[in-house]
Amino acid sequence: MKRYQNLILMFLVVLLVVIPLWLVKCPAPGPDGKMVEIFTGADDKAKRTISTIEPQYKPWFKPLMEPPSGEISSLLFALQAALGAGFIGYWLGSSVTRAKIKRQKSKV
Amino acid sequence: MHIMEGFLPVKHAIGWSIASAPVVAYGLHTINKKIKENPEQRMLLGVAAAFTFVLSALKMPSITGSCSHPTGTGLGAVLFGPTAVAPIGAVVLLFQALMLAHGGLTTLGANIFSMAIAGPFAAAATFRLARSARLPFGVAVFLAASLGDLLTYVTTSCQLALAFPDPVGGFAASFTKFAGVFALTQIPLAISEGFLTVIVMNALVRFNREELNSLRIETGQEAQT
Repeated sequence: MKRYQNLILMFLVVLLVVIPLWLVKCPAPGPDGKMVEIFTGADDKAKRTISTIEPQYKPWFKPLMEPPSGEISSLLFALQAALGAGFIGYWLGSSVTRAKIKRQKSKV
Repeated sequence: MHIMEGFLPVKHAIGWSIASAPVVAYGLHTINKKIKENPEQRMLLGVAAAFTFVLSALKMPSITGSCSHPTGTGLGAVLFGPTAVAPIGAVVLLFQALMLAHGGLTTLGANIFSMAIAGPFAAAATFRLARSARLPFGVAVFLAASLGDLLTYVTTSCQLALAFPDPVGGFAASFTKFAGVFALTQIPLAISEGFLTVIVMNALVRFNREELNSLRIETGQEAQT
């Protein structure tokens, strides 16, 4: 069990991501013929909730720089994840090698 | 959990910034002190920061039909204590505010407070409680990371409800609405974050036992070495 723990946990994470994709169905377009978008960001939903609670609220500050398109923003998000994953990969690789060398030394 | 740029009234924006700034400063001090005492912990700190970078960039779908992202702060909070995570979270949030228009400078204080202060404190407290209740190490890590993640989003809901109370139902009605958007969406993601944190922690226990010992983290496997 302990041996397979990480594999099982990874499988569960994948399951938790896939199940919503499979369960949530796109609702039929509304009377105005507009497609209802699903899996949009919760941050955007909160923004809409603010405008239903306080319709007269106007944001008083604008972002200094906005990614010109969705593609560019996904590029930057991928960059952020790659930096993190790169470091974790480096650490894991060097750790495995270190453990291997240690084992070989103790054998000799 | 990112409150968008300009979407907090001026007073709230200033208030949350004042609340967060000293914690970030104290966190920097803690990190400096820990690294000076035990330079070999630098690698572990890097792993904790990298984990936050990865997880907060991953927007995952949830059963509510919207997408959100985990925070990755639980790992650092368990390893280095909650204040050490504040500067790490601040760096991530600043990057996203400046480059991605995700979150913002005016809401940076509030976002740091939810993701890099409230969540990590909840995670560290949960970890201690779970360990003193003699729960196994892995279970304690899972609970700490998941609850820390969830509490981050509950905090965001509170912040928004405080800034935008419902004209009829006040804070409570407004909180229910925002929590419906944030906290509910977050439940499966919080569970995922718990699992992922356990996976990384398993690797740390296997490869970095000495560093964990020097952080006085008891994994329950000391006898095996």
